[in-house]
Parts: sequence; structure tokens; C-alpha cells
Amino acid sequence: MQVTTCISSAEMGDVYKALADPTRRLILDELAERDGQSLFELCARLATRHNVTSSRQAISQHIAVLKEAGLVSSHRSGRTRVHHLHTEPLREIVDRWLADREDP
Amino acid sequence: MSIRINLTSVLVDDQAKALEFYTKQLGFVQKHDVPMGEYRWLTVVSPDEPDGTELLLEPDQHPAAKAYKEALVTDGIPAASFAVDDVRAAHAELLAKGVRFIQEPTEMGPVVTAVLDDTCGNLIQLTSPAAG
Repeated sequence: MQVTTCISSAEMGDVYKALADPTRRLILDELAERDGQSLFELCARLATRHNVTSSRQAISQHIAVLKEAGLVSSHRSGRTRVHHLHTEPLREIVDRWLADREDP
Repeated sequence: MSIRINLTSVLVDDQAKALEFYTKQLGFVQKHDVPMGEYRWLTVVSPDEPDGTELLLEPDQHPAAKAYKEALVTDGIPAASFAVDDVRAAHAELLAKGVRFIQEPTEMGPVVTAVLDDTCGNLIQLTSPAAG
């Protein structure tokens, strides 16, 4: 039990860091709308919908942070690398503070 | 000085296959086909603009070309972008013909875009104005 808690805390640190940046939250928003996007599509969505005009390299770095936190994974669709949303790490936040609350 | 874009190109891995795809699937028409040794000076145009900008189906024989194309495809970056009246209708029509899309029609600000695989080592973006 103690071990589980420690591992969980370590993972949670990465999730908080990942969520702390507004551009990374927008990336998660866009992947939630359509899962499995290329870097090009994510950059186009960020630029045209949110006025985020960071370089592709910068967005690629943001995706790397999200991957470290377990919030995004990547795989090949044909020869194109596409990015997928994983919400499991967020469930730990709910379980930690919201699971037993009965507020409206 | 008056300057115009009369020619642009995509780097293709096989000219015969490219001519087939760009005419039969995408609906361009062949304009020039001039033998040039191992390869051809091979261009297509829009049937709506036979005297408009030509698209050169250029062999990707330069040593750096394949690595460059591969890097673009990996990140989903189109090698060229073409205009259609309605991306959603074009997407449905091309899907029925067996064309593979890596990005479904998506509203991107003032335009709707979709991205397809040209089977010759490139991604191609289609665009049309967003409704309203």
C-alpha cells in the first residue's frame, strides 16, 4: 500500500507539470475532440483556433512532456506519427480528492 | 515586372504511378509528357484551368529527397495544397475511390482542410472555404 502510494505520487508530479502549461492543456483539448492527430494537424488547430503560433519544434516538446506524464501516446498510422489522448492519469486526481466527496 | 507561378512540383517515387493517381483519383489532366532520358517532363493541370499552373510530377531521385519526404510524412506535413469546392464532398468522393486520408475534414479558421496520401511518398492537403 505504501509502495503504491509512493509510485502514484511520483507519477502525479509529472501530470501536474504537464497540466501546468496552457498550451499543453489546449493540446489535450484538441486531442479530446479528435484522437489520433499528426504534429501538423495539432499545430494547425492550435494556430487557427487558439492563436498559438509556437514553432512545430516547441509543440513537439510539449507533446514529449505530455507523453512523459502518460497523458499522450504516439504510434504510426501508415508512415505518419499520430498522437493519442490517455485520460487514465487524470483519474488519479479524481480518486485522490473527489471520489469520497458528496458535495453537490 | 510581372511575375507569375506557372509551375510547381511534387517529388514522386514513380512517375507512371503518380500520373495514374493525380489524373484518375484526384482528377487532374495530363498536360506535358516529354521523354528526358530515364525520366519524363510530366505535368498535370486542373481541368478547370488548362492554361493555369502546372504541377510537375518530378522524380525524387536527389539523394536527400527521400529522407526529406519521409520526415514530412512522419509529422503529417503536406507537400502541396490544392483547392476544391467542398472538402467534405471531395473527402467522401475520394474515400469511395479508395484514397487514404490521414486527416479528416477539419475546420481550421477560415478554411476546411483534409490531408490525403498520394501513394507516391507525399501528403496532399485539400482546402475549401469554411461555410458562413
